[in-house]
Amino acid sequence: MASDQARMLELAKSEPAWPRPPLWSMGLGLAVAASLLAYPFVFTSPFSHHLVILILLYALMAQSWNVVAGLSGQISLGHAIFFGIGAYSSTVLFVKYGITPWIGLVVGMVLSALAAVAIGVPTLRLRGHYFAIATLLIGSSVQIIVQRWDWVGAASGLYIPIDRTSPWLYLQFHTSKIPYYYLALGATAVGYGLVWLLRRSRFGFRLQALRDEPDAAASLGIAIARHKVLAFMISAAMMSVAGTFYAQYVLVLDPERLLSSEISIIVLLMTVLGGSGTLWGPALGAAILIPLSEYSRIWFGGTGRTIDLIIYGILILAVCMWRPSGILSLFEEGIRRRKGSAP
Amino acid sequence: MSLLLDVKGVTKRYGGLAANADITFDVNEGEILGIIGPNGAGKSTLFDLITGFQPLDAGRVLLDGHDITGRRPDIIAGLGVARTFQKLKPFTDLTVTENVMVGALARTSSMKAARDAALESLAFVDLLEKRNHFARELSTGQRKRLELARGLAMRPRIILMDEVTGGVDQRTIPGLVDLVLDLKSRGVTIVTIEHNMQVMMRIADRILALYAGRRIAFGRPEAVRSDPKVVDAYLGGTADAA
Repeated sequence: MASDQARMLELAKSEPAWPRPPLWSMGLGLAVAASLLAYPFVFTSPFSHHLVILILLYALMAQSWNVVAGLSGQISLGHAIFFGIGAYSSTVLFVKYGITPWIGLVVGMVLSALAAVAIGVPTLRLRGHYFAIATLLIGSSVQIIVQRWDWVGAASGLYIPIDRTSPWLYLQFHTSKIPYYYLALGATAVGYGLVWLLRRSRFGFRLQALRDEPDAAASLGIAIARHKVLAFMISAAMMSVAGTFYAQYVLVLDPERLLSSEISIIVLLMTVLGGSGTLWGPALGAAILIPLSEYSRIWFGGTGRTIDLIIYGILILAVCMWRPSGILSLFEEGIRRRKGSAP
Repeated sequence: MSLLLDVKGVTKRYGGLAANADITFDVNEGEILGIIGPNGAGKSTLFDLITGFQPLDAGRVLLDGHDITGRRPDIIAGLGVARTFQKLKPFTDLTVTENVMVGALARTSSMKAARDAALESLAFVDLLEKRNHFARELSTGQRKRLELARGLAMRPRIILMDEVTGGVDQRTIPGLVDLVLDLKSRGVTIVTIEHNMQVMMRIADRILALYAGRRIAFGRPEAVRSDPKVVDAYLGGTADAA
């Protein structure tokens, strides 16, 4: 009996630490990666590029939200703050001091992480809905302040002056959207790669533990507040990257849009729809909701704004009723469970 | 045997109600201390006070001579105090192995070392077969074993177990009792809350009896069992606090 147990222990130790994904999922992943790389040359219209650029940026934003909500269990409704910090950091540095947006990108990430500490230290002690309410109110307050702050353009925002001298240095491409496309693809790929690593790290495990049972996590030596704040910082820095790229893409900062709670809520909807806590759920959510939003805008014009929200609502209702953990959780669970594990 | 845990005059009040009133006891290294008492006696509150989950109103808790009173739960855990919960708290969205790895990661940052340690803990609690299942798929008895494995993976100096045999079917109890005794034979110091007196008499070296937040007896199992105040408390009489 004891030798059986010893054999089983040796067998278990020899198993790979992470189950190999099934072949079909690896094939699907490769096909999606190849399609994304080839896409701009297959679909050549500016709109088709624009659509996928938005999907990629929102996939990054939703993943950022997923780090704090899906991994550490804190529902933030103020993530637009970090999107705005990323957009404003690079833009203000460029407009006022002529500094390249690449440096603005890093400054935005650092400022967002610091803002996450300032917001997170007092608010992450709150459990459940109180943190969500606090971040919603802080987000609205930041928007109101920026709309009255002349140095950053107040309510009329900022325009990024056109510069044709050095497209890659100043991140401005005026003849094609393809460079923007690959920049968004690169940023999103790096973001997802980092989260993939995070989920397999000691820190990622500890986040998932405190998300499920904070008391049990604390009893295992996990400093809850410090871990939550760190997750919030990582999430904020990711969101900021999307903000910088978005600002360079549209070349105009409108605080009404950039800092609106609508952005915070849309990234939430995307993540919940695709699968909160899963790696690819946020991307799937973005891939469903952005086309819905863009096509309803095209088909219905200005009135389409509310129609996409109605469709979002119906989709979220359906997911909550039939698959509360999101569409993708079904597949990820199956993979993690491993084939051949004992019943 | 040297003194490992020293609890002195611990008190916790909720408004006018004393959940724990001036409770004093100690635990020697390598022994099993049992805590008994009817529902509402303050047993789980006492665990919360020792492990930092609730602040004390008065009293001190010393671990190996060092004052840990009022420290944060994660810091107390880091000093080698593991615990399980009466209301089970598995990490439901993690697999059984991943659950236990979280415990092992308290003392190593290597994922490989944590996984090996987790598997060894699972083998010890006889849960290796379920290693790739999600924690939410386990039965109550298996979840108890999982919590134990998770705590043990921290390689604690002392483990506080809240009702290991509570809520599990009768056939599961002997296995859990053997597990606790096996743990003791490996040198782990144990404090266990237990309702089942038969189990307690079998495993405990000493017993602390609580009633209405007060200590009514503390000593060898036979002496505690025959203590009139304990008999009164269990048979529904009104015990005068010691």
